[in-house]
Amino acid sequence: MKQFAALYESLDGMTANNARLAAVVDYLRNAPPEDAAWAVYFLAGGKPRQLVPTRLLRELAQELSGLPDWLFDECYHAVGDLAETIALVLPPPTHSVDIPLAQAMTQLLALRLLNPPQQQAELREMWQAMDRWQRLVSIKLITGSLRIGVSRLTVTRALAQIGKLDPKEVAQRLVGYTAGQAAPDASHYLALIAPPDETGAARGGQPYPFFLAHAYAQPLDVMAEQLGPSDHWQVEWKWDGIRAQLVKRAGEAWVWSRGEELVTDRFPELTAAGMYLPDGTVIDGEIVVWLQDRVAPFSILQQRIGRKNLTARILQQAPVVLLAYDLLEWQGQDWRQRPQRERRAQLQEVVAACNSPALSLSPLLIAPDWPAYAELRTQSRALGVEGLMLKAQAAQYGVGRTKDVGTWWKWKVDPYSIDAVLIYAQAGHGRRANLYTDYTFAVWDKPMGAPDRMLVPFAKAYSGLTDEEIRQVDALVRKTTVEKFGPVRSITPSQVFELGFEGIAASTRHKSGVAVRFPRILRWRHDKPLQEANTLADLQELLTPAQPPSSIA
Amino acid sequence: MNLVIARPEGLYCPAGDFYIDPWRPVERAVITHGHSDHARWGHAHYLAAEPCLGILKARLGHINVQGLPYGQTLEHHGVKLSFHPAGHVLGSAQVRLEVNGEVWVASGDYKTQYDPTCLPFEPVRCDTFITESTFGLPIYRWQDPTELFDQVNAWWRANAAQGRPSVLYCYAFGKAQRILASIDASIGPLIMHGAIEPLNRMYREQGVVLPETRYAGDVEDRTLAKTGLILAPPSASGSTWLRRFPDYAEAFASGWMQVRGNRRRRGIERGFALSDHADWPGLNWAIEQTGAQNVYVTHGATDVLVRYLRDKGLNAQIFKTEYGDEDDTPPASDDAASPAEDAS
Ligand SMILES: [Zn+2]
Ligand SMILES: [Zn+2]
Repeated sequence: MKQFAALYESLDGMTANNARLAAVVDYLRNAPPEDAAWAVYFLAGGKPRQLVPTRLLRELAQELSGLPDWLFDECYHAVGDLAETIALVLPPPTHSVDIPLAQAMTQLLALRLLNPPQQQAELREMWQAMDRWQRLVSIKLITGSLRIGVSRLTVTRALAQIGKLDPKEVAQRLVGYTAGQAAPDASHYLALIAPPDETGAARGGQPYPFFLAHAYAQPLDVMAEQLGPSDHWQVEWKWDGIRAQLVKRAGEAWVWSRGEELVTDRFPELTAAGMYLPDGTVIDGEIVVWLQDRVAPFSILQQRIGRKNLTARILQQAPVVLLAYDLLEWQGQDWRQRPQRERRAQLQEVVAACNSPALSLSPLLIAPDWPAYAELRTQSRALGVEGLMLKAQAAQYGVGRTKDVGTWWKWKVDPYSIDAVLIYAQAGHGRRANLYTDYTFAVWDKPMGAPDRMLVPFAKAYSGLTDEEIRQVDALVRKTTVEKFGPVRSITPSQVFELGFEGIAASTRHKSGVAVRFPRILRWRHDKPLQEANTLADLQELLTPAQPPSSIA
Repeated sequence: MNLVIARPEGLYCPAGDFYIDPWRPVERAVITHGHSDHARWGHAHYLAAEPCLGILKARLGHINVQGLPYGQTLEHHGVKLSFHPAGHVLGSAQVRLEVNGEVWVASGDYKTQYDPTCLPFEPVRCDTFITESTFGLPIYRWQDPTELFDQVNAWWRANAAQGRPSVLYCYAFGKAQRILASIDASIGPLIMHGAIEPLNRMYREQGVVLPETRYAGDVEDRTLAKTGLILAPPSASGSTWLRRFPDYAEAFASGWMQVRGNRRRRGIERGFALSDHADWPGLNWAIEQTGAQNVYVTHGATDVLVRYLRDKGLNAQIFKTEYGDEDDTPPASDDAASPAEDAS
């Protein structure tokens, strides 16, 4: 625990990416594999569920430090972080015991099974032997709030360096590593850094890293020049659903969402369809609710996901299909390096052979040229889709947001959309005067993982939510108010919304450096963690013309 | 009887007609220590503890100043005045005032931790104690200095091993010399910013032992800095002066570094919570030691400390002062984004 706390402490302050990488490599090299297994889990963003209620931690801290409520509050106010406050006010340690991270995790995870007095007794004993940083880390582990300023890419690189592996291979092995309530052990860690595996037999239910699309926002008249002839491209609708991979191996089927979350249980229809696929098949596509021969609004899918129990009624009211658009593995072989057109051709055969109502193809759109596609695109709204996807026929399937082996473009109807964080709210007018309906949204000023990231306001939006959603936001605003400035309330940032706007221009009048035209809320991204909201750099990227695609056949 | 009251010019002793650390020019000023917010320019007569004269003259030039050794009593208009070590910086003193058997002590700034460059804080029994409260919150509990300097040494050593200069920001008077007297000077050369080196000289002249230091401007061999510890005032952070130390690592030595958010707001990799002010246990210990029933709290977390002392049954009140401008200035708060910002 000491070494891990020290790693946390040094990463907490480091700003240079190579220094962070070196620190992570150094830690992992020196840690026993069972500790490294947990360290990777946390570095990659894994979070165990909250193990002890926050209230109990605070009570115990006050009891041990002898602080009255008001004085603890003053401390919390000065520190701004509950775990850190507790770590600072606890009396000095009486002795020092260095428990290895894996063992400490076993102890911490066991806390959940204890009753409150037992939990307090355990914690009392643990804290007595811990210094300030160990306490801080342990409390953050207990509350599931440990955030380490390291990007997933850094972790991937560190593991690649240690195992002398291609980072892409590591990225693939890392998929699902932090999913759910995993308890990683030495074997999991060793599998991450094991020599490359040719057969793929050991893959289990692991999906591939998703290949992510970039926004395309160029005027029609430059498209032919930038993208080449339209018949070099595979064009599909851009579905508004949940990106997912259906994995079938060794007689079992798994469904993974883009958040690398195993969602097999949420979609029994897809698991059933997967059973009709041959072993060694991985399909990439979009999960949508399909009703009366068309895609239903995303909110219906969202409601279904929100349900704890999938009753027969829900399955009937909101049946899902996987709109398949790519084939990543076939007959146990990794197909990602094959050209898009070849993958598509095989995908069509696979889907046809499967013959399951829950698995259908995302249809190809055929038009003679870009203007004709632009015409098609105007139907998007009516069809409930977000626009078009453009995929080069000759391109490979890349990893994440890479552009080195091909690019997927999302050519949305609304050319500009950004995932932003709600930070201020103001009461509305007239009928809505008693509700907080006018919102200010912000984006991050630095990339994910950067320390000291701040939210920079960039747009105000009034419309786009349903009445029910407005009521929910209103309640949230009241509950999480930090400060009031006249009619405006600042709130604890917690919610991400997708904002659409018609135009964007550089502006020196705005703190963000950009001014957007006609911003409105497209939807509430319940699925997006705060950290994944867009950044100022993303906004600025919309200002500059997109790079021409790097590989066109 | 109130031996000290708050006036617009500063803390005032009516019986003796003098001020303690006044912030506006006055006729008679009793100075607790040489930090610029306590020892200001422009008073007609200065009185300070003998070892404080060096810094006063260095900072304020030709002033009319009288020194009084620690522990010696001077009588002025029936007020018995004496200075007692405050442990804050070289020459820092608490001011003890006695009139007709009633005793008040004004602490100035003080700390209770070990510091090889000045005499330790000496508790003085009194009826009324005027205390600072810079770090008057329970989250401020300083680490043992030996442990802390081990960390500074380890940080410096690791940088030196990589050939990276170690830039450590600290206040030029007091903190810098305490660091010099406490670190392991065998690790590498000690290179000083121009604001610090003259004060080192002054310390040495007063008999404080410091390791050999070099003024940065005199260092011609640029490779020296690769293993060096460079001390600079916080204002040097981000300045062009740092260009002479390529690829430097930076850290900040200040009590505020106890809280991670403060370090992050400064954008500094490493913080060492090293302060010349008393921490929470130190403040409470010092107040208890004086035996005072009345406590006046000056600059810092005044509200918190007053409430806490009242809950403990003491008669505690706030003295509003204008101290706290230079030494250990709290980090600037965030530039809060304006909610009224129009982004349409
Ligand atoms: Zn001072
Ligand atoms: Zn002061």
